[in-house]
Amino acid sequence: MQKSFGPTPVLRGVTLEVVEGEFLAILGASGCGKSTLLRILAGLETADAGEVWIGDRRVDALPPKARDLAMVFQSYALYPYMTVGQNIALPLEMRRLSALQRLPWLGRLWSGPQRRAIAADVAAVAAPLGLAPLLARKPAQLSGGQRQRVALARAMVRSPAAFLMDEPLSNLDARLRAEARAEIVALTRRLGVTTLYVTHDQGEAMAMADRVAVMQAGRVLQLAPPQELYDEPTSLDVARFIGSPPMNALPAHVGEDGAVMVGDVRLPWLSPARGLVTLGVRPEGWVPASQGIPATVTLIEHLGAETLCHLEGGAVLRLAPDMARGMVAGQALRLAVRKAVLFGADGQRLPLQAALREIALG
Amino acid sequence: MAEAKGTLGPRRAEALAGTLLALPAFILMWLMLLGPAVAVGLLSLTDWNFGEPQIRFAGLENYAEMWGDRVFWISLRNTVIYVGVSVPATVLLGLLAAIAIESVGPLKGFYRAAYFLPVASTLLAMALVWEFMFHPSVGFVNQVFRALGLPTADWLQNPDTALFALAAIGVWQNLGLAMVLFMAGLKAIPPDLYEALAMDGADGAWERFRRVTWPMLGPALVFVVAITAIRSFQVFDTVQVLTEGGPSKSTEVLLFTMVQQGFTFLRSAYGAAITMVFLLLTLAITLAQTVLLDRRAHYG
Repeated sequence: MQKSFGPTPVLRGVTLEVVEGEFLAILGASGCGKSTLLRILAGLETADAGEVWIGDRRVDALPPKARDLAMVFQSYALYPYMTVGQNIALPLEMRRLSALQRLPWLGRLWSGPQRRAIAADVAAVAAPLGLAPLLARKPAQLSGGQRQRVALARAMVRSPAAFLMDEPLSNLDARLRAEARAEIVALTRRLGVTTLYVTHDQGEAMAMADRVAVMQAGRVLQLAPPQELYDEPTSLDVARFIGSPPMNALPAHVGEDGAVMVGDVRLPWLSPARGLVTLGVRPEGWVPASQGIPATVTLIEHLGAETLCHLEGGAVLRLAPDMARGMVAGQALRLAVRKAVLFGADGQRLPLQAALREIALG
Repeated sequence: MAEAKGTLGPRRAEALAGTLLALPAFILMWLMLLGPAVAVGLLSLTDWNFGEPQIRFAGLENYAEMWGDRVFWISLRNTVIYVGVSVPATVLLGLLAAIAIESVGPLKGFYRAAYFLPVASTLLAMALVWEFMFHPSVGFVNQVFRALGLPTADWLQNPDTALFALAAIGVWQNLGLAMVLFMAGLKAIPPDLYEALAMDGADGAWERFRRVTWPMLGPALVFVVAITAIRSFQVFDTVQVLTEGGPSKSTEVLLFTMVQQGFTFLRSAYGAAITMVFLLLTLAITLAQTVLLDRRAHYG
């Protein structure tokens, strides 16, 4: 699928296959095209090239209402002049009532049974979200978290083929966000509805999703479950994007014998590549040891559950607090790498084999 | 509180500073706006005629005379009819024009300027054009009506049509203002709402208008109705230039009666009494607008 706005390509060749019932997060920095992708799926924008399929239906020529998708907007896009109940009921009214029954005022005369059924469905959706006592209020009388739940209820009420969520939590404060995160996951699991969730917050994506698609500059860099994304990034860009603090990228080279070297320290791995490479090490992927890569501590952050040691050159070492006891800034260390991934000069992942004799391990 | 004598408590000092800072605006408001209105109100309680050396307090005599004055009642009735015809037409056409212009691409600026031209131009000069338009034989209106096989009339000289012909000119003049205000209202509608509506299953023009555009334009609508109503109540120049209240008082409107009494017949006090009625009507519209807008404040 491709999309350009004028001469600016926003999406360049994106292929994304979503498994039915899964929670897929689309993660990327702002401007990477993730919202555009979602809007194309929704039918709010048309792609310049490419196809959108839902199940075995090709839908890219269909208007949004024929695609059977529901969307939760970043701004919630609640109708401010309607009550919460009317907001949630609207998708059902549009689907279940005929044009004649939807006439203002007059339409009520010949749609009584349908309207009662709709009210019952609205109540059924509102109750588990805690909205039952708020149905008669207007959106402006609700808190941010409540509005967010109304937007969810409006999306859920007609049991769509999939939910599209465009940064639905970014307008909430941190505490509410964590709460709403769990709530959304629980809801979508219970309903078993496919969910596409666009976010720029890697914590959200990793915590909520079954699989995460990392996007950058209009391309999907990697599509994988969160843990795999963390452990096995296929490119340096993904490695740097996922994880906080990000993965350390150490300049390294591969010698003639295939051994991976950082400076003149031999690491216990072999690679078929030769020449300059980048070694990716998670902050917890190396430990202080008697031998290994030399480093100097510049700053120690005690975060309670863990201690972060910032090293000269910008790398970070993550330690359990009791292992960091007695460490001071300015201290020289040797670090043995336990776990790493290797990237070539082009930023793509290279294979890495364990050497037979693990020389560098302290 | 043990405060030293001669110094002000902080609260008193703040209140004094507030009063001092508000004073210039307060003085100007009385000098320019409220003062003259009160003066007119007082004048309406006297028997003063312009140029007379003596003045006498007359109580409500002028209002009593007005109550029994057939011309005043005709004038009030005509004004209400004029407003009743031109305001709905202006609002409706203004809204249609705004939506239509909003939906065209490149020529938007030109159309907006064209519709706004009558608001900015002198109605007195434009009245000449309208006199020609409504001319019974060569006028454009009758030529078109004749071509369509519709009945024609001497629009401005026929007592049954003159007021409505003037109302049409009023609509033409205020249309641009209504349109510009509606366009501002349309711009303020978040596009998210239309997208949410499309996802919810409504993407037809009628549903879009009814579910989002119309309710979101509520505040703008109240404002446009109030503004056009006030401007319509002020109708005077077309009457003065084109019909002079005739034929047979069919276009006698409030301000025209006031000008005749106050400036032609020099009955200043009686003119002031009519002005008070006019001010009350305007005030009522403004109050209604404020109340309605307050009620919709939760839109935000």
